[in-house]
Amino acid sequence: MQSMDNLASLVQPARVHRSVYSDPAIFELELQRIFGTAWIYVGHESQVKNPGDYFATFIGRKPVVLVRDAGGEIRVIHNQCAHRGSLVVANDKGNADEFQCCYHGWTYHLDGRLKAVPLQYGYPRDFDPANPKTAMTQVPRVKSYRGFVFASEAADGPSLEEFLGHMTTSFDDMIDRAPGGEIEIAGGVFKHAYDGNWKIYLENLCDAAHPIFTHRSSIEAAQQQSDEVYSDGSGEIAIRQMRQNGAPYSFWETQVGIWTYPNGHSYLGDYHDDSKLVAALKDPVFREYIAALEKSKGKDETRRILEVRRWNSNIYPNLSFMSQFQQLRVVHPISVNRTIVSTYNFRLKGAPEQMFRNTISFANIVNGTGSLVLTDDLEIYNRIRMGLSSEGAEWIEIGRGLQSDLPDAHGGRRGQNSTSEVYIRNMLQAWLGYMTNGHAEMRAAS
Amino acid sequence: MAKTRKRRRKPAAAPRRPIAGSARLARLPPRQALDLRRCKLFLLREARLLDDGKFDDWLELFAPEAWYWVPSEPGQADRFETVSLINDDRRLLETRVRRLASPRMYSQEPRSRTSRIVANVTIEEATASACTVRSKFLMIEYRREQQRIFAGTALHGLVRAGTGIMIAWKRVDLVNCDAPLDGITIPF
Repeated sequence: MQSMDNLASLVQPARVHRSVYSDPAIFELELQRIFGTAWIYVGHESQVKNPGDYFATFIGRKPVVLVRDAGGEIRVIHNQCAHRGSLVVANDKGNADEFQCCYHGWTYHLDGRLKAVPLQYGYPRDFDPANPKTAMTQVPRVKSYRGFVFASEAADGPSLEEFLGHMTTSFDDMIDRAPGGEIEIAGGVFKHAYDGNWKIYLENLCDAAHPIFTHRSSIEAAQQQSDEVYSDGSGEIAIRQMRQNGAPYSFWETQVGIWTYPNGHSYLGDYHDDSKLVAALKDPVFREYIAALEKSKGKDETRRILEVRRWNSNIYPNLSFMSQFQQLRVVHPISVNRTIVSTYNFRLKGAPEQMFRNTISFANIVNGTGSLVLTDDLEIYNRIRMGLSSEGAEWIEIGRGLQSDLPDAHGGRRGQNSTSEVYIRNMLQAWLGYMTNGHAEMRAAS
Repeated sequence: MAKTRKRRRKPAAAPRRPIAGSARLARLPPRQALDLRRCKLFLLREARLLDDGKFDDWLELFAPEAWYWVPSEPGQADRFETVSLINDDRRLLETRVRRLASPRMYSQEPRSRTSRIVANVTIEEATASACTVRSKFLMIEYRREQQRIFAGTALHGLVRAGTGIMIAWKRVDLVNCDAPLDGITIPF
């Protein structure tokens, strides 16, 4: 076990010690001090639309159930029987009137309270099924920001809105894009897995300096691809995305930006305007979409919405989403060297049906297990684990942009351009806060 | 004696690009029906091309408007409104195969080696010029000290094309399609 002093010395202004990614004892502490206290994204309200709808997931390594109870309240309860600790809900999702453990039949209300116990007379005299502690226990704090449900194992701490800060604008952007004013998770889920630390994944999501190198094979293949070859439309957005990944460094250095905020959050912005990726201005579907948006929001607001161009918005420690393309990824730490990422898509209500098909095609290429792009990222995560297993180099460099980063008007710090590693430093600053102070550092990285 | 015997010509290496869709392989005598034996031989040949890493030749088995689909859900009904492990139209499939030839495809450095068994072949539906063939497959993939097993059901939409057979569409249902998986780079 690392001492507190040791932990504090592991993150320095421009470098981080390799044990942060490779030490099993540090990983166990992260589960307590980060995943056991921070606001953790659990799911979206559209996954549990009706009373009884449930969705099984994890907070850190703890199995939990997101459920809408009989009264319509959203709950997050531990997926554990109060009797012998068995997992109660075995399916990923579904609808139930009650939860029943298959071991001895203990039965629970949807909010986790114990409903009935068979053979009740045989238990010790002080056994009281009405005792609220005899339950599938609720996670102490559950809060939704406009449909995005977070839960915290800490009874006290910053409110969800304080925790999210300026990043609420990224959630707003996703919802703003729906002409009908609502979004819903649809189109299934991808789960990709790699043998590496969970932080490596988050630290790649806004890395603007890697595509031209890591994704070279797909960039070159897409650049050489003739557009004359038959397409049923499903591959088009993928090929555009791969070509766009080949943008020269000068593009990343002048047009794309990286913004970071307290508590480890960040986003990459101005990567895509719609004309680059979906050929929007010529695309009849996109024109139809703009018309629907203008009808419900007016021309000025529509223009404002379409000019918000955020790539990945990262909510530390377990969420990343893309408002512009309606993607969302949830990072599940499994062990120090094993991570699973679940990815979802949102449907914009009131948008043309073809827009959602584009979202799905986009998901296949950016999040698909058989993607021509993501597979090379997964390879990098695996290689980082292999490299960091060696004491050959004790420290990892995270200093790019350190001298040139700038303050941001909303209390954060941004890179002078998108290839700054400011967002990695910002995440590790939050990491250090949780690990040594019990809460994320409430200031941005320097 | 050796002089009179015609040496079997090896097929010429496929041109890297552009990759054209011609029915160079799996030639059939004229008017040969798409019977079970022919279809089975075609599937075995396809599996062999994939195991041998002859992806350009594999691509040539596909018709110009073909699609290749690996669903993410058991029994997935639709390939446009639900995510898929792979959902390639002809254009994307060409890009996929071209990438497989790249020395900079880092997820294939080192390369995978695969071994496939194709069995339980049946013809599900047939017309004079097209049929749907169902088969079971088992694929072992070895890469960097790890061996993975993929198993599942393949559905091939096969069509007669001139003197050969081509794939009009192919659907591969993996037994573990909804499991958390590390990257899939070698087609099934």
